[in-house]
Amino acid sequence: MMMESPASAPVENSLLASPDSAIQRTKTPYVTGTSVIGLKYKDGILMVADMGGSYGSTIRYKSVQRIEKVGKHSLIGASGEISDFQEILRYLDDLVLNDNMWDDGNSLGPKDIHNYLVRVMYNRRNKFNPLWNNLILGGVKNGQKYLGTVNMIGVHYEDNHVATGFGNHLARPILRDEWREDLSFEEGVKILEKCMRVLLYRDRSAVNKLQIAKITEDDVQIYPPYALKTVWNLAAFQNPSASAPGSW
Amino acid sequence: MTIQQASFSPYDNNGGTCVAVAGADYCVIAADTRMSTGYNVLTRDYSKIRQLADKSVLASSGFQADVRALQKVLEARHLTYQHQHNKQMSCPAMAQLLSNTLYYKRFFPYYAFNVLAGLDQEGKGCVFTYDAVGSYERTGYSAQGSGSTLIMPFLDNQLKSPSPLLLPAQDAVTPLSESEAVDLVKTCFASATERDIYTGDKLEILVLNAQGIRREYMELRKD
Repeated sequence: MMMESPASAPVENSLLASPDSAIQRTKTPYVTGTSVIGLKYKDGILMVADMGGSYGSTIRYKSVQRIEKVGKHSLIGASGEISDFQEILRYLDDLVLNDNMWDDGNSLGPKDIHNYLVRVMYNRRNKFNPLWNNLILGGVKNGQKYLGTVNMIGVHYEDNHVATGFGNHLARPILRDEWREDLSFEEGVKILEKCMRVLLYRDRSAVNKLQIAKITEDDVQIYPPYALKTVWNLAAFQNPSASAPGSW
Repeated sequence: MTIQQASFSPYDNNGGTCVAVAGADYCVIAADTRMSTGYNVLTRDYSKIRQLADKSVLASSGFQADVRALQKVLEARHLTYQHQHNKQMSCPAMAQLLSNTLYYKRFFPYYAFNVLAGLDQEGKGCVFTYDAVGSYERTGYSAQGSGSTLIMPFLDNQLKSPSPLLLPAQDAVTPLSESEAVDLVKTCFASATERDIYTGDKLEILVLNAQGIRREYMELRKD
C-alpha cells in the first residue's frame, strides 16, 4: 500500500512553516528603461524619455510610458526596472489619495514627493531589497520650480538639469553648455531633442519613440509619442570598411 | 567573458573633502560642494556642511545617502534634547552623540567620514574627527574625505600640534588668527583640487566665533 508519510512529504506553501526561500528580492533587473532627462525652463519643468523596455540587451517592448503625473504639481520619470516603477506609481497613488482624504485644501508638492521617494528608496536599500530605478522628480508649486533625482540606493540631489544612466554621460555635458534659467518652451524642447538624438545614436537600448512632458504652475501635459529625424546615409556608414581596411 | 549583469551594491562613494581648524576663540569648518560617482560629477552645488546646534557644525563626505540619514538622526536627537533640557547641545556632547550613532550601526555602517567642529562651553574652538564606525578624537585641526590624504600632512606641517603624549596635556588649538586660518583652509582646497578628482567646483567655509556664525564661498576648479 502506498502511504506517504507526513514526515517525508516536502512542505509546500504551508501556513505554519513558510520556508525562508519564500522571501524574494531584486538581485538583478528584468525589463529596464534607459535614460530620462529633465530640465528647468522659464515657466516650469520639461522631461523626456523614450518608450523602450529592454529585456537584457533585447528591446522587448517599444511602447512603455516612463513619465507620469503625480498629484497636482509633479511629474515623475523613471529609468531601470519597469515593474518596480509601476509599483512606485502605486505607492504614490496611495500617498496622494490618503493626503486628499484629509480634505484640508493642502496638496503634496514636488519637494514632498521627492522626499518621500528618497526615504522609500533608501529604506529598501537598507533591507537589501532595492527598487531598481533611477528616478527624476520635477514640478512647480507656489511659483517654485523643483527638479530632483534619486537612485536605487538613496543618493539624491536637486539641480537645474538632471539625467539618468547614459544621459549622465551624454546629455548633461550638452545641458551644462546650453542651459539657461530663462529658456522658452521651444528652446527647452530643442535642447532635449538634441540630447535624445545623441542618446539614440550612441545608446543601444534607446529607441526612436519618445515622449516629452511639461509641467507649469497650472498645467501638466505628457505629449503623445513621436520620432526624431535621424541621418544614417553618411559616407562613413555607406561603406564602413573603407576607412578601416582589414588584413583579408 | 566580462560580467554582463548589473548587480546590487548598497554603497557608493560620492567623494568630497572636509577640513576644520580650531583657534583659541574661533573655529573654521569647510567642505567642497562637488558630488560625484565614479568618473561622473552628479552636481556641482551640494552642501556637505550641516549646522546641528548653535555651536556645533558637522561636515561629512562619503556615501551621500548615508550622510543624509545620519544628519536626520542627529537633527531628530537634537530636537528631543532641546525639549528635554531646554538648551542647545554643546559641541562635545554632540561629538559623543555622533560617535554613539555611528557605532550603533557598527555591523552595517554609515559610510560617512565626519569632522565635527564648533565652540566648547568655554568658547574655545574644538574639532572632533571620526572614522565610519564612531571612534573619535578631539584635535586642533583635521581633514576627512577623498582629499584628506593630500591635506592632512600639509596641515601637520603648518600647524605642528603638540604631541598628545605630553604631560600635562597641551592645548591642541592652533596659534593662527581667524583670518590666517581661513586663508590656510582656502590654500588647502585649492591644492587638493589640483590632484583629487573628487574635490572641486566650490568651497563652502563656515566660521564660528563669539559674534556668531559666518559663511563664505570660494570658487574651485571645475574639471
